[in-house]
Amino acid sequence: MSWRVGRWHRLRESEIGYSLRRSPLTVFAAMVTLAFAVAAIAAPLLAPHNPYDLASLSLVDALTPPRWDAKGKSEYLLGTDDQGRDVLSTIIYGARLSLAVGATSVLLAASLGVTLGLVSGYVGGRADAVMMRIADVQMSFPAILIALLIDGVLRGVLPLQTSDDLAIVVIILAIGLSTWPQYARTVRASTMVERAKDYVKAAQLIGRHSAAILAHHVLPNVMGPVLVIATIQLAVAIILEATLSFLGVGIPPTTPSLGTMLRIGNNFMFSGQWWIIAFPGVALAMLVLSVNLLGDWLRDVLNPKLR
Amino acid sequence: MAESNQTSSRRREGEPSLLRVTDLGKHFDVSRPWLSRVIERQPRRILKAVDGISFQVARGQTFSLVGESGCGKTTVGRAVVGQLAPSFGRVEFDGLEISAMRSRRQRAQFRHRLQMIFQDPYASLNPRWRVRDIIAEPLRALGLSRTKRAVRERVEELLGQVGLSPDDGAKYPHEFSGGQRQRVSIARALSSQPDFIVCDEPTSSLDVSVQAQILNLMKDLQRTFGLTYLFISHNLAVVYHVSDHVGVMYLGRLCEVAQAEQLFTQPQHPYTRMLLDTIPDPDAPGRRREPVGGEVPSPIDPPSGCSFHPRCPLANERCVREVPALKLQARVLVACHAVEEGRQQ
Amino acid sequence: MTTQSILAVEGLRVEFLTRRGPLVAVDDVSLQVQAGEVLGVVGESGAGKSVMGAAIIGLLEPPGRITGGCVRLEGRRIDDLPNGEMRKIRGKSIGAVFQDPLTSLNPLYTVGRQLVETIRTHTDMTAGQARGRAVQLLGQVGIPEPMARFNAYPHEFSGGMRQRVVIAIALCVKPRLVIADEPTTALDVSIQAQITALLKRLCREQGSAVLLITHDMGVIAETADRVAVMYAGRVVEVGSVFEVAKNPRHPYTQGLMASIPRVGRKVQRLIQIPGAMPRIGNVPEGCAFHPRCPQVLERCRKDRPVVTRSGGIETTCWLYADSEPHG
Repeated sequence: MSWRVGRWHRLRESEIGYSLRRSPLTVFAAMVTLAFAVAAIAAPLLAPHNPYDLASLSLVDALTPPRWDAKGKSEYLLGTDDQGRDVLSTIIYGARLSLAVGATSVLLAASLGVTLGLVSGYVGGRADAVMMRIADVQMSFPAILIALLIDGVLRGVLPLQTSDDLAIVVIILAIGLSTWPQYARTVRASTMVERAKDYVKAAQLIGRHSAAILAHHVLPNVMGPVLVIATIQLAVAIILEATLSFLGVGIPPTTPSLGTMLRIGNNFMFSGQWWIIAFPGVALAMLVLSVNLLGDWLRDVLNPKLR
Repeated sequence: MAESNQTSSRRREGEPSLLRVTDLGKHFDVSRPWLSRVIERQPRRILKAVDGISFQVARGQTFSLVGESGCGKTTVGRAVVGQLAPSFGRVEFDGLEISAMRSRRQRAQFRHRLQMIFQDPYASLNPRWRVRDIIAEPLRALGLSRTKRAVRERVEELLGQVGLSPDDGAKYPHEFSGGQRQRVSIARALSSQPDFIVCDEPTSSLDVSVQAQILNLMKDLQRTFGLTYLFISHNLAVVYHVSDHVGVMYLGRLCEVAQAEQLFTQPQHPYTRMLLDTIPDPDAPGRRREPVGGEVPSPIDPPSGCSFHPRCPLANERCVREVPALKLQARVLVACHAVEEGRQQ
Repeated sequence: MTTQSILAVEGLRVEFLTRRGPLVAVDDVSLQVQAGEVLGVVGESGAGKSVMGAAIIGLLEPPGRITGGCVRLEGRRIDDLPNGEMRKIRGKSIGAVFQDPLTSLNPLYTVGRQLVETIRTHTDMTAGQARGRAVQLLGQVGIPEPMARFNAYPHEFSGGMRQRVVIAIALCVKPRLVIADEPTTALDVSIQAQITALLKRLCREQGSAVLLITHDMGVIAETADRVAVMYAGRVVEVGSVFEVAKNPRHPYTQGLMASIPRVGRKVQRLIQIPGAMPRIGNVPEGCAFHPRCPQVLERCRKDRPVVTRSGGIETTCWLYADSEPHG
């Protein structure tokens, strides 16, 4: 598997640009993702209110409908939730949280998975067998169950008062540790292919450490598929976080993410305050869909068979 | 014509041979998993890739190992450079017994003197590294050049020696043709100023006209730097062109070892003769090669005694029973009962 | 002697359409192969011989396209046929032998079944008759114990035996044309001789025309009757193997023959052609070989040479332009 993404920047740009231009859907997905990313980074500048600042919330404004409704208020475009949080602002801040949690857990899972995959593929033998069996076992469970398990264990272990503050760390660990096998397996397969190649043998011949060979020689050549997996796993991580939050074991309601909003809104869905769940739900769906589409396109573009 | 170095194994003192391989063997266990074996009642299966090889290479000379696929020549090359630990036997490099040295510190004392050139020009260079870094890697790893400037100058020097330009250092391997990549490989091998280079089918993947360039380059470099080559190939014409001495291998054993001219004009072993008959001659159009029946048997289950006996026109019942030893017959080492008994013409 | 050629390629041009414009892989190639004759096409990697072979049998993968000339099989044009028609002709009248027997055979089916399937697709034999014919063919190509080996899978054969099976499949419907693309390159030297002899013998017996594509001049010398030398997508020399091997006219052919090491002729240095063959899309103006040619003329840099005939060889080179021009 040799990914022909060489250093010909111009050529690469034009190939990617060309490919992008041919697929308006991907352009749309890219723009949506970019919009979310920008919103997430510039949240304090873009959001009309700060929903995480408990002092600024006014219970009087709780459960206000969106602005275009008769009973809506002009400062709350999409209405408020039961705590008086502006739904639009919460979506922006929530997306920021979801993306941050998603990206960090992907980073964790990728680092862990790639390292284990490299070692496993290079060393082989018993270590490889053990690691892959662990990965197999873990992959036979849905990630959400593993995440719940890790989440539950960590919460049980940590003292009660700090558990809320560390909720983010716990979630990141839970999601990261439940999704590493995908990376490990792909990287292991690629490592086994590269290990047999002569340039690795040449490096061994001059006596380089295995770690140096893995880091400098093998890693650059197996990173291609990792990028694709990471993009798709980002969407998975966001959904996992949303699910955990929806179940109540994720981000606490004081600093809600998109998933927590779904949980809160779920209680009010059939009593008339539909906007609390509808808008965050749509936002979540669009974010995940766009990231997924980007990942699909990336996989096709990096496919060496389609020269 | 000096006495070939393969004559007496008793004369060790003052021996000019740089590499001495004694009774080298490598067996691979290719048995099925234990459970399957027990259930299906199958014995262990051992692949005898190399089964007792002995030869020497004198300083400044080229020794070729030639044979068809599966004969074990590549495995010998790997064992010599230390990529594989031999199952038995010894490899001595300039008097040092390197086959016993497995630790990196031990091997560091001679590592820079022993290098290798590989067959596949596309897989032997890291596609993500620039050419100058590929060539500089041995310099940096072995601590041979201290400063950045020294490294850069040495890399430019090497690029020039293999016929490439200094600008080529900034490029990536995929920007070069097969022949040029092989030059990069050669430059990398030369960077540590080695005495001995194992060449594993270095031109087999190249076109004929490019092959000529590379072979000429290798000969020039040998003369300039006094290099010693162990040349592994299946191409007899190339072997004829480059070698001083040749060893013919079949199923893990040496059949015949002789000076190149001698081997090609007066081959002794029946397998050598058969092999030479099969070389296609571009100058003799329409000549019918004598197709010899049979194929190379599997090295997992080789024939008993002399492994060539099923295909040999001179085989007798001793050949089926007894493995022939490599013996000196008029300045040529041959492992054949028929030759020993004077049965062939 | 105007017997119709089995295969006639006239002015064939194959291009690969990329975003950067069309890249020419085969440039105005013309060849003929008669019944019972073996025409060797020799050239180094990148010369376009495999692309030409694929184009002839209609297996050119996009973005490759035939953009000029035509291919005739027994007088009938086949390069512009729709896929369905071409498939029928491919099975019935053209046999193909490729380099890697492991990928030419389906690893999931027994050898016998693949043979029978091919036979029954293109003839009206019953299953029993087809089986009998298959066993007979296996015997003809030299597989020992054909009855027993009928039910073996491809991975149970060695490389040489697999290639024999591939030849059996290619020849089972007695095709008029056989195309062999590097049929012996992956095999050991001692097996190569067997396979080339087999191919030649069977094709002569059946009266098929053979187009043998290879980079190995030695194989050509043994097997072919005539040879066409390709360089950078063009044919530079065509003639009888005897003439071209002994007395090559074109400087490239001369360089090629001279750079092959030969047993019995020890030289200090092999004669080498400086530089490398231009890659697709980088072919120079005029004669494609002129930057590397030791006998280059001014004219070679500007004008593409035309075909001239001398002593039974057709050479595309300005050095021979004073001989009678061809066509």
